[in-house]
Amino acid sequence: MRTTGVIPSRPKRRLWFGSGIGRLNYRHKQRLFIYGGLLIPLLYFVVIRILPILYSFNVSFREWGMLSPDKPFVGFDNYATLLSDSLFLKSLVNTGIYVVVGVPAQLIAGLIVALLLQQVVKLRGLFRTAYFIPYVTSVVAVSWIFRWLLMKNGIVNALFIELGLGPQSFLYSPSQAIFWIIAVMVWQNIGFQMLIFLAGLQNIPKLYYEAAAIDGATGWQRFVHITIPLLNPVMLLSVVMASIGFLQSFTQVLNMTGGGPLDSTISVVLHIYNLAFKSFDMGLASAATVILFVIIFMLTLVQLKVLGSRFQQE
Amino acid sequence: MTESGYFSFRPSKTLQFLIAGLLLLSITACSAKPSEESGSAAVTASSVQTEKEPITIEYWQYEFPAKVELINTLIQEFETEHPNIKVKQTNFPYDQYNQKVATLVPAGKGPDVINLYYGWLPKYVQSGYLQPLPESSFPGIAEAFFPFVDTAKLNGSYYALPTGVRTLGLFYNKDLFTKAGLDPEKPPTTWEELVSDAKALTETDKNGQLVTEGFAWEPGSQLHHWFRDGLLYQAGGKDTSEDRRKILWNDTPAGLEAFKYLVDFATVHKVGINGFYTDDANAFKTGHAAINVDGSYRLGSIKKDTPDLNFAVAPLPGYKGKSTQASFWANAIPANVTGEKLEAATAFLQFLISKGVQEQWVEKVGELPAQKEVALQDKYVNDPLLGPFISQLNDANAHFFIDETQERTLFVNAVDEVLLNHVPEEQAFNDLVAKTQKLYDDYWAKQDKKK
Repeated sequence: MRTTGVIPSRPKRRLWFGSGIGRLNYRHKQRLFIYGGLLIPLLYFVVIRILPILYSFNVSFREWGMLSPDKPFVGFDNYATLLSDSLFLKSLVNTGIYVVVGVPAQLIAGLIVALLLQQVVKLRGLFRTAYFIPYVTSVVAVSWIFRWLLMKNGIVNALFIELGLGPQSFLYSPSQAIFWIIAVMVWQNIGFQMLIFLAGLQNIPKLYYEAAAIDGATGWQRFVHITIPLLNPVMLLSVVMASIGFLQSFTQVLNMTGGGPLDSTISVVLHIYNLAFKSFDMGLASAATVILFVIIFMLTLVQLKVLGSRFQQE
Repeated sequence: MTESGYFSFRPSKTLQFLIAGLLLLSITACSAKPSEESGSAAVTASSVQTEKEPITIEYWQYEFPAKVELINTLIQEFETEHPNIKVKQTNFPYDQYNQKVATLVPAGKGPDVINLYYGWLPKYVQSGYLQPLPESSFPGIAEAFFPFVDTAKLNGSYYALPTGVRTLGLFYNKDLFTKAGLDPEKPPTTWEELVSDAKALTETDKNGQLVTEGFAWEPGSQLHHWFRDGLLYQAGGKDTSEDRRKILWNDTPAGLEAFKYLVDFATVHKVGINGFYTDDANAFKTGHAAINVDGSYRLGSIKKDTPDLNFAVAPLPGYKGKSTQASFWANAIPANVTGEKLEAATAFLQFLISKGVQEQWVEKVGELPAQKEVALQDKYVNDPLLGPFISQLNDANAHFFIDETQERTLFVNAVDEVLLNHVPEEQAFNDLVAKTQKLYDDYWAKQDKKK
């Protein structure tokens, strides 16, 4: 990493390489410290995240049998195989359902809880903790508890029968299962969502509400014209994070249904997992990973563009 | 990252700089280890020449506490018998096993004896990871072992040998038998009896909800094995052709008959459902299922989790013939093991399949001896829990796998089509055969292309 002094036009820069650190002035030392400090996490990030991503691009263009010594280059074969594989397409559609249903549900639920909690004066900490605990509980444990609750002869069904609603199939129904999984995911994320919204709500100056109240705005009007617009930056963050989260649905699916019944709950990431670690076909799995990566990337860009611009206008 | 460069774009100056730096970093990081390795290898090689130091071989198996502990004791035993050989055991979590093998073996860090699930063998053999076992050191395998060991014979040679084996049997709850007015000493022995007993044992509440399953019904657990190696053969069918290319399930009416028999438990007789108390093993252990088809390995977990369960084991009920499923973990020698290491590895493998080791394996791990002479001793045959499994070993089939997960999913989906979408059984079954055959065709097409 030596520059060998090719750029003589800016002699000041030589300080960095020519002379010892001891001769740097305070500002330079400060900068060196800051950039040095930033460099380490950046390097870590590049080595742990970016390089594997680039590498998986490489793998996705090869027939990469886990155990075969030669990994021939096959161009877009893996992509073609995936796009003609009905199970992969099904997993794409399902993942779409996870996002389209899950993200708004999570946002609305989180917002409602945050608004209610804001009104609570007594035992605020207790309620916050209660809503936050699921978020920090092991996903696998939560999945299994719900699997237990939702089994055909489980407590929830006993309740349904008691209420005269009749027994439900829950996780054994191709039409219901995916929504129960989404419900569990939303339930588990409410705490996190609530926390973000609470922070956002606290940043809205009281003054606006007082002014609106004097002008005779109703509670609903205040909510729609003050709370919602001013929460926009927080919502942008939530939408992006929640979308990425639901696009990567995996643990709950694997533990609650394993992708069944009749592949009705299989997500892209679960499919990738099966391809890679059950069928040992790293090429196909990598191609699927790249496709998912592109989808997440595009979707996040669009969200930042659309939601972000709205925020700037208001 | 070999021949075809994937950095075909032209990166900007800064990016070039960054990439160069990273590459430098990765090169230094990578190169550190191999140089150490080669250094130590050179040392051992020279010292072997001078004063005959013990050879160290490595044994790999997955992390299963009972097996790991036993192998550790066995290694000590082996090392006293062979003072010039040292064995080092390495373990990996089950779900990372193949991954570790695939990354470490090409890097020259592989084992000298490796423990593999028999269903993985075709993949390992075809990718050239294993060498056939030297015939001179392992004579008479076909006579000494139970027939299922044939699955480890590929391209005409044995590539692996098991120490222990699991088969399927009929677990039944004696208390529930008594409660239903059945004789707990007379488990069902035929297809018909299984159905009538299961019906008698089933209990529902006033809402028509199951309280006790007469027959635990979980296609995703063991029932797909029961179908392929039990019911199908019992009804007079066969799993695949000799060359393992063609699925023969619907070549005779036996296949559909077996499929219908299995599905009817849920649809017609209504004696069991999917996911009752989360799964069949759980339902049986907690006393909510009266009969369960499960493997001999379940004996250990019942003993540990529910030691008070009053249960017994019987051979699988028969029909036109008898048959059960066998599966096993087998020990193989990787292709790159040669010379003195190969001799040591062979000695260790011979030790692993010896009578003494197989006996310890039954007692400590709970898997059945894979060799006739060992298994058919009175002390095992007359054991009330092991006996029923052992008595079936001669009729045990271990079917060939292309991809265990996919094959199971296809079966579970076929059953679900009948159950949830009310597709006629025959149609669901023919679909299943066609889809499984396609899986096999794709696999063999790839294999043929390689040749």
